[in-house]
Amino acid sequence: MKFVDEFRHPTAITQTAEEIRRIADPERHYRLMEVCGGHTHAIYRFGLKDLLPDNVELVHGPGCPVCVLPMGRIDDGLAIGAQPDVIFTAFGDMMRVPGANGSPLEHKARGMDVRIVYSPADALKLAENNPEKHVMFFAIGFETTAPSTALTLLRARDKGVHNFSIFCNHVTIIPAIRAILDSPDMRIDAFLGPGHVSTVIGCRPYTWIAENEGKPIAVSGFEPLDLLQSILMALRQLNAGRAEVENQYQRVVPWDGNQAALRAMAQVFELRPYFEWRGLGFISQSALRIKDELAEWDAEHRFQVPGVRVTDPKAAQCGEVLKGVLKPSQCKLFGKECTPEHPIGALMVSSEGSCAAYFNYEHRKSAELVGIGA
Amino acid sequence: MATIAAPTKIRFRDAQVEMAHGAGGKASRRLVEGLFAPLLFGADSAQPLGDAAHLDFNGTRIGITTDSFVVRPLRFPGGSIGELAVNGTVNDLAVSGARAEALVVSYVLEAGLPTPVLEAEVRAMGDAARNAGVLIVSGDTKVVEHGKADGMYITTAGIGRAISGLRMSPNSVRPGDHVIISGPIGDHGITILLARGDLDLESDLRSDTRPVLPFVEAIVDVAAPGLRWMRDPTRGGLATSLNELARDCGLGIVLHEDWIPLRDAVRGACELLGLDPLHIANEGQFVAVLAPEFAELALDAIQRTPGGEDAAIIGEVRAAPAATVLGIAPYGGTRVIDMLVGDPLPRIC
Repeated sequence: MKFVDEFRHPTAITQTAEEIRRIADPERHYRLMEVCGGHTHAIYRFGLKDLLPDNVELVHGPGCPVCVLPMGRIDDGLAIGAQPDVIFTAFGDMMRVPGANGSPLEHKARGMDVRIVYSPADALKLAENNPEKHVMFFAIGFETTAPSTALTLLRARDKGVHNFSIFCNHVTIIPAIRAILDSPDMRIDAFLGPGHVSTVIGCRPYTWIAENEGKPIAVSGFEPLDLLQSILMALRQLNAGRAEVENQYQRVVPWDGNQAALRAMAQVFELRPYFEWRGLGFISQSALRIKDELAEWDAEHRFQVPGVRVTDPKAAQCGEVLKGVLKPSQCKLFGKECTPEHPIGALMVSSEGSCAAYFNYEHRKSAELVGIGA
Repeated sequence: MATIAAPTKIRFRDAQVEMAHGAGGKASRRLVEGLFAPLLFGADSAQPLGDAAHLDFNGTRIGITTDSFVVRPLRFPGGSIGELAVNGTVNDLAVSGARAEALVVSYVLEAGLPTPVLEAEVRAMGDAARNAGVLIVSGDTKVVEHGKADGMYITTAGIGRAISGLRMSPNSVRPGDHVIISGPIGDHGITILLARGDLDLESDLRSDTRPVLPFVEAIVDVAAPGLRWMRDPTRGGLATSLNELARDCGLGIVLHEDWIPLRDAVRGACELLGLDPLHIANEGQFVAVLAPEFAELALDAIQRTPGGEDAAIIGEVRAAPAATVLGIAPYGGTRVIDMLVGDPLPRIC
């Protein structure tokens, strides 16, 4: 398969892994954070940790949009879904994320009209086909998905579709990276930059990480060879004492980003003064809201939203895992109360969540847990 | 007269039935083992639960099974609900080591179902039964209100004579045994997903629905003493079937991921949608575990049977990791392959 097989080629992967082992300084310990949840998933899915030397440690970052969404936002969205004649739509990732009274899927089983869509455009189509209903799209994601939400909203406006709204939970990646770097318990040597986000924002927004914080960053693709090459690039920078933004994912990521996508976002969204992130707390200017002139398509404007704040279950250590302070398996609930089937924290729900990725692909390789699953 | 065993303790704790309980993965297993088995099969059900049961009647071993079909859409490239309803039950018997002799069928029809649609499915069942060499001997029909049954649901039950000389059980699986798959995986599930038309993806994929008995008989001819275990990996896919085996026999199953036959269209759709082909349903494949000295013979026999050309040895049984399915990439990376969790593709059979 084109653009896949080339980056899963066994010989190339083996050679790159050998080169990493060759240049890794045995006197050093390298802590690299992969920012993006897609990377976390790929690292476990492809068994890449098996190929790295022990002193190259990968730390899982906050780039899983489902994982960083506070539980209260899910309950707010479901409160809108509970209104008469509303169809609740969201991506499949959202469906099993627990709110205080169950996930969207559990609400569906109890009778709420909940539908999985593969793009916001599908939700808009649903609205056009069901003029007697109101279709709300639960929008989630970093800059990767925000442009398609923006374009869909603009299309709804242009076509005059008035029974459609967006519950906007889009967040931005740079403030999250800054929060990680500002966190006193963080010791990250270098970053693997988020490939998909960067297709939109480009590489330029990361320059402060290299220039001001002195941390190398390699923007990475999602195939095994992409990730190994990016790790190699980061190691080379660290060994040479360099700190630069490098773009491993050049086949997709333009240095200056996607201008059309950025324009659409600027047309529709503005920064919220602050937004709550699960595990990271309130971060200023870290999320997007729909501009006032488009309020007709803003679910938060059209519906009474309770503005629920739900504290995470005390024993769950999602925050520490999200910041990379704890490994998934070091959380007290991991694999016991909290499993992909009965997730307590969102990190266990999304396939991009580090706990789910670790549970699904890794943990039974080394240690056997009693009573998994059934 | 046989007596039903006394109920034992229920372990099923879920508050309500979810779609996942019917998806064939972990939740389905929890429901069956936690609620159905304790109340219906009682404490005697020490042996692993299979899709079909074998019973002794005066020295004749009979296989018996049943399956319901609730697929939407009713027709899809390569098959339809009527064809599935015959092949599904015939295959459950076949992989349990029995030749289907007779089926009974129950229809739940929705008021308003056009007669030509019903007729087409009844014809499809007749054709499929003739093709599989099985009789349809009795049936029942119920009609429910408009809007209640997606057109139609079909339930079939089948009996068949056990094939002699087979001793299949998870307990007979040994480290060193080989795992064989009869052909490319995921065709059925992805075909249904695309047939729904929600995705704006097109392909020339077709469901793989077919009777697998000819392949089973081909193996039995040359490798019966070495045949340890067989299953048709329908809902939940190959990963779920092999995880059930791993759990039941307590051994590790190691798959060489690049040895697993997979069409590019299935692989591409899975890449796009974030699905694992190993979790996607099949309707015309089976997975078998054979003693090493019989594996090549069995593979050759399947490959020489028409439609079995793509069969492959895809892995082996190992003592460790215990009760786990492990995937190995060609470059040496490994991952645990778990059962299906949740329900990526509702209502596929």
